[in-house]
Amino acid sequence: MRRALLRLLFVVALPAVLLTVWWLASDGSTNVFWPPLRTILKTFPDVWTADRFRTDVLPSVLRLTAGYAAAAVAGIALGTVIGSYRRVRAVCEPVLEFLRAVPPPVLVPVIMLFAGIGDTMKIVVIASGCVWPILLNTVEGVRAVDPVMKETALSYGITGAARLRSLVLRSASPQIFTGLRQALSIGIILMVISEMFAGTDGLGYTVVQFQRSFAVPDMWTGILVLGMLGFLLSVVFQVVERRVLGWYHGLRAAGRRSP
Amino acid sequence: MHALLDVSGLKKVYEGSGRRVEAVRDLTFTVDAGELVCLVGPSGCGKTTLLKCMGGLLTPTAGEVLLGGRKVSGPPPGMAFVFQEYGRSLFPWMRVGENVELPLKQKDLSKARRRELVADALESVGLTDAAGAYPWQLSGGMQQRVAIARALAYEPEVLLMDEPFAAVDAQTRADLEDLVRGLWRERGITILFVTHDIDEAVYLGERVVVLSASPTVVQEQLKVDLPVERDQLHTRVAPRFAELRTHVYEQIQAAKRGTLPVQDRLTKTDTPPLH
Amino acid sequence: MKGLNTALGAAGLAAFLALGEVVPRVGIVKEAYFPPTSRIASAFWTELNDGAFWSALGDTLTGWALGLAIAVGAGIAAGVLLCVVPYLREATASTIEFLRPIPSVALIPLAVLLYGTELKSVLLLVVYASFWQILIQVLYGVQDVDPVAEETARSYGLGTWARVRHVLWPSALPYVMTGVRLAAAVALILTITAELVIGAPGLGATIMVAQSSQAVPEMYALIVVTGLLGLIINVGARTVERRALAWHQSVRGEVTV
Repeated sequence: MRRALLRLLFVVALPAVLLTVWWLASDGSTNVFWPPLRTILKTFPDVWTADRFRTDVLPSVLRLTAGYAAAAVAGIALGTVIGSYRRVRAVCEPVLEFLRAVPPPVLVPVIMLFAGIGDTMKIVVIASGCVWPILLNTVEGVRAVDPVMKETALSYGITGAARLRSLVLRSASPQIFTGLRQALSIGIILMVISEMFAGTDGLGYTVVQFQRSFAVPDMWTGILVLGMLGFLLSVVFQVVERRVLGWYHGLRAAGRRSP
Repeated sequence: MHALLDVSGLKKVYEGSGRRVEAVRDLTFTVDAGELVCLVGPSGCGKTTLLKCMGGLLTPTAGEVLLGGRKVSGPPPGMAFVFQEYGRSLFPWMRVGENVELPLKQKDLSKARRRELVADALESVGLTDAAGAYPWQLSGGMQQRVAIARALAYEPEVLLMDEPFAAVDAQTRADLEDLVRGLWRERGITILFVTHDIDEAVYLGERVVVLSASPTVVQEQLKVDLPVERDQLHTRVAPRFAELRTHVYEQIQAAKRGTLPVQDRLTKTDTPPLH
Repeated sequence: MKGLNTALGAAGLAAFLALGEVVPRVGIVKEAYFPPTSRIASAFWTELNDGAFWSALGDTLTGWALGLAIAVGAGIAAGVLLCVVPYLREATASTIEFLRPIPSVALIPLAVLLYGTELKSVLLLVVYASFWQILIQVLYGVQDVDPVAEETARSYGLGTWARVRHVLWPSALPYVMTGVRLAAAVALILTITAELVIGAPGLGATIMVAQSSQAVPEMYALIVVTGLLGLIINVGARTVERRALAWHQSVRGEVTV
């Protein structure tokens, strides 16, 4: 019981201190850019109404989901093919290394040329930025499937779809998740900036509108919402990852105990 | 009457980046249905290559392997493999029960029958309680038991075991040896057991095939005339056991030096005389 | 074998470039949107002979290097501090878990208000994004210190500083290197983002100008430059990592963060 209380104290103590410091330090602030925390929190419910969530947060999240999902499917599928064949890998590697190295935000102006400034453009931007880390990590993961496991599968006649499902993708899954994790950060960046560039709704658009109209407390609430969205998505990701990769964390822990 | 497993003129040459390595030169031997045969040879003599050719995991350069009269070209459904690297042969993302069941899913079996086979196989190796655990939660010896259970559940005609106990400690190893003998006697399956350990070969086998150093040929075949009933305590101190192991030891030493006239020995399958 | 792979890779690259030439030429996509490789190449050549390009490249590299250096310094200092001071690690865990996933692009409006298009805007974004990469890897690395080595050091009466220097730092170094490699890539992404969105001088801003003035081949040429920059940074960071860790026998997987 005491231990649990102590743990709780550790979890909440520092955030509480930081918030208090912010509150006190900003309380009498007359600097337009650093409004008192009190003002920001008071503004929050006025700005982020249920209606606003529907018109701004939801479209952003939907576009992110669509782009991210498309990137995941394409990245894993292509990565599995490229990772499975040595020759294909040798042919594709330099090109992929280059495409991966292109900073994803420069895709925004390119795809604006092709797809205008609608939802399609934003989804394509997110998908084409997220696909590279997923693709390259999948290639690595598929390439590194243990040869003994491959022979085991072969000797028991496990081939085709069953081999893919129960051996290749499972074995590559830790690597694939590393890629998915990197892609998530990139996806959020692209979601926000594609809306900042060109949009009529969405979180990025709204926050920039606040900034341009010098509605500073409103802008701060927008930053808080973006922060919370990032945090929330990362929590969801971790929950999924713990479920899918439970075996991997156990295996690593077992390996550390008896190297 | 055909032998169940018939290896004739097997040759395997690895070729790559300008180097040509002859791992197996010319191997001929047979295994009858229900036999437990041990293959023993000096380290690096191509035992694993031979076994992989027999299991259809490698294509031989020349010669052929017949299982039940049919030529092996790719992993045949009647064969199950137990690898030395148990830790890398079991899938760490599946629980023990799922690992054992996985190969059965490729066969046309009902769910109930699959469950029955899994339970039965796990019971045979004494791991009924471990079905829900992950392989990496088990000790090395237990992991190798799971691999054996997986092979048993597959109901193979021939069980190929590639130095399965090389990586476990001595006591566990003794237990596992007795397990293999027990399973062989209970189930009447055919087992081909590869090892570099002479004692293990003599203790386990009904027959020992001694291989030469690489490039490999059959150095000698030897019938083990120990009683069917064997145990770690008595069998290993029996005078006959000592004679047999000494004989195999000399053969292997000779194989390493490459002094024995190999051709004369090729078909010899008798037992050394009692001294 | 290696020679064959290189040849295959070169063939792949050549095919990629040829595809870029053919697709717009036969009209699968409009040339106005996607000019053929040869035109991008000639635009690239023109850029190379343009002083403005080099100053933009210099701006980008300055933002990247400065931001990365600050993040690496701060990340390592904070990481070591958190591990050396008792209970600090536990006390900060929840805060770090909350702050880390906050997307740095959320700070763009704030950066614009505070610093406009100055270098500081770029640095704010770059440092915020890269700092966490380093800090997290340092924390993982320290966690990975062999308890036996730590006990040994304690039993010989080594002081805190000596333990940090001789036990903690060498064990954590591989992780720190991984952190630096990841942070270097992230820093480039954020540098370009800041230039694109805020308009801070650099390659990103030049790309935006090219796009809005319909100088499409120039835009693609500049994008290729950013890609090459990214490639050099990736390959360079990996080489440094490998060189620096040649002594380290441990084979370890990358930690998912």
